[in-house]
Amino acid sequence: MQGAGSCALHLLFDGANMYKYIIKRLLMLIPVLLGVAFVIFAIMNVAEGDPVYQVAGPDATEEQLEALREEMGLNGSLIQRYFRYIGNLLKGDLGTSYISKMDVMKLYFQRLPNTLKLASLAMLVAVLISVPLGIIAAVNQNSWKDTLAMILALIGLSMPNFWLGLLLMLLFALKLGWFPSGGSEGFISVVLPAVTVGVGLAALLTRTTRSSMLDVLRQDYLRTARAKGVTERKVIYYHALRNALIPIITIFGVQFSNVLGGSVLAETVFAWPGVGRLVVDAIDQRDIPTVTGALIMTTMLVTVVNLIVDIVYAYVDPRIKAQYTK
Amino acid sequence: MAEEHDILNIEDLKVRFETEDGTVYAVNGVNLRLGYHKTLGLVGETGAGKTTTALAMLRLVPDPPGVVECKRLEIDGQDVRGMSITKLEQVRGKDISMIFQDPMTALNPVFTVGQQIAESIEIHEHLGKAEALEKAGDMLEMVGIPRARANEYPHQFSGGMKQRVVIAIALACNPKLLIADEPTTALDVTIQAQVLELMNELKEKYDTSMIMITHDLGIVAEVCDEVAVMYAGRIVEQGSLEEVFGKTMHPYTEGLFNSLPNIKNRTAKLKPIHGLMPDPTKLPEGCPFAPRCNYATEDCRKAVPELHRASGTHMVACSAYERDKNFMIDRRKR
Ligand SMILES: Nc1ncnc2c1ncn2[C@@H]1O[C@H](COP(=O)(O)OP(=O)(O)O)[C@@H](O)[C@H]1O
Ligand SMILES: [Mg+2]
Repeated sequence: MQGAGSCALHLLFDGANMYKYIIKRLLMLIPVLLGVAFVIFAIMNVAEGDPVYQVAGPDATEEQLEALREEMGLNGSLIQRYFRYIGNLLKGDLGTSYISKMDVMKLYFQRLPNTLKLASLAMLVAVLISVPLGIIAAVNQNSWKDTLAMILALIGLSMPNFWLGLLLMLLFALKLGWFPSGGSEGFISVVLPAVTVGVGLAALLTRTTRSSMLDVLRQDYLRTARAKGVTERKVIYYHALRNALIPIITIFGVQFSNVLGGSVLAETVFAWPGVGRLVVDAIDQRDIPTVTGALIMTTMLVTVVNLIVDIVYAYVDPRIKAQYTK
Repeated sequence: MAEEHDILNIEDLKVRFETEDGTVYAVNGVNLRLGYHKTLGLVGETGAGKTTTALAMLRLVPDPPGVVECKRLEIDGQDVRGMSITKLEQVRGKDISMIFQDPMTALNPVFTVGQQIAESIEIHEHLGKAEALEKAGDMLEMVGIPRARANEYPHQFSGGMKQRVVIAIALACNPKLLIADEPTTALDVTIQAQVLELMNELKEKYDTSMIMITHDLGIVAEVCDEVAVMYAGRIVEQGSLEEVFGKTMHPYTEGLFNSLPNIKNRTAKLKPIHGLMPDPTKLPEGCPFAPRCNYATEDCRKAVPELHRASGTHMVACSAYERDKNFMIDRRKR
């Protein structure tokens, strides 16, 4: 690759040291993922007893059960089964669903795009609401604007998500008919669930933005900027915000990780076929391979998001980058 | 007839901070005039109101809690009081710029020092990013830092180096008036001398007018033409360097000299001024220095003394001289 793209990438990673850091972090992910996968795998296997009886029915003979056990990959000790599972995982095989008999990997990837769509848009909504609101609150600390922003955040924080979802659906789908009330037909159907989830997340993000900005607004270097003749707008949105970003990004990362696991309530209200519903339905039906597979895939996704967040830290704050590359 | 103007003309500057713990009377009627290419030393203990006075010149006193009043505030003949924000932003950093007290906190940690110097050049000289960065490199070299370090961040610099960067920012657009707020206080003694020498050099080179804020009379002697001594938000003695140093009049100024280490007689004991500056939320009725003054009488506690002309440009605010034409402080008797 060459040209602008690789140049920007180079700036971002500041040469070899940053690449080294990323590779180190990726290698560290391997034991973490193996450990988390083991915990999920163990819990799912211990908690559910022997699913062979459930599948085979009450009249099965001992030989039939044994054959079925082998077929379902349930023979051997927990450790043996775990390593077999990881071996298959590396080949891209998460087993088949007990219920639909479909490939779990396929099931997961059917739902993943919907979840990514909903999660990204919800985060976008959250950021678009919370960052300006938090900044306005901080800049006008203790004034009516601050109070109003904090009341809005409190409402957002205390309003149950499904209730907000129903409210939005009643108004914008059923009464005004601007958006569909459910399903996943085209971009328009993701709007209401995304707003529902996003508004819920905006509350915490607004508070984080406000307190982080309040911290930064006291700093001497803003006075230096003003003394140079920098406009107040640029002082706030460039000099101050850039310094206030780290806590905001942290909360953003945590929230994004959460919605990647699915937003069950919003998915249920709006019949949005995301990962959250997949997992919940699978738990309902005691579909162990699907639950295990989806959880492990989500964990992987979340660890990757965390890594990206850490890289963004380094890009935002050179002192953090210096720590990484030391 | 066009009136001649000075680089700085302030009349009756008052600043108070309205805080939850009461109103802090930080600056209480300061008049200052400074001619072009002159350096004024603004001297006084911590809390005297020096920084606040300087911030008021740039209209940078934080509001809230600060409330600023003044009859006149002119820089280079322009009325700063009534200026629009846009015009003010053109004046800041271009006509008047400031070096702040603490270099450790004066630089933005997330931008390179080059960017921070270039920003001011971009704003005032309307240059593109690349050109401004190029010029920022020149400025760095001028303050004795290799231009290659322009891409480094503040945390990669020592305190003295940071202060050089702050100086480079302040001088980037060749200001007509430079305010240096205790530029060396936060630095090691050896570095202090270097930075001071650098500032003196640059001041000569660019013929800048300067206000040097300090509590160190040694620095004043080295850099200043004129001196204003500040106490509890007022100027108590003012004049040329020769007048204030040679013919000291105010007991507070004398106290500042007495608390200097004596270079000729190192065994002599330091005589710091006893007591503390009055609480700026509860200033005493009369002369604010009276509670600490060795010469104070009952009369001193009755009214705040006005600044009176003693001779030449020499001004002093001490009622002892009004009561007794022959009053003399001990320093003058020696
Ligand atoms: N933002 C502020 N809020 C409240 N009080 C302040 C503020 N800034 C300065 N002061 C007070 O004003 C007085 C003068 O401070 P300052 O101008 O910094 O003095 P100096 O620079 O001479 O040490 C001090 O009593 C200080 O506590
Ligand atoms: Mg100060």
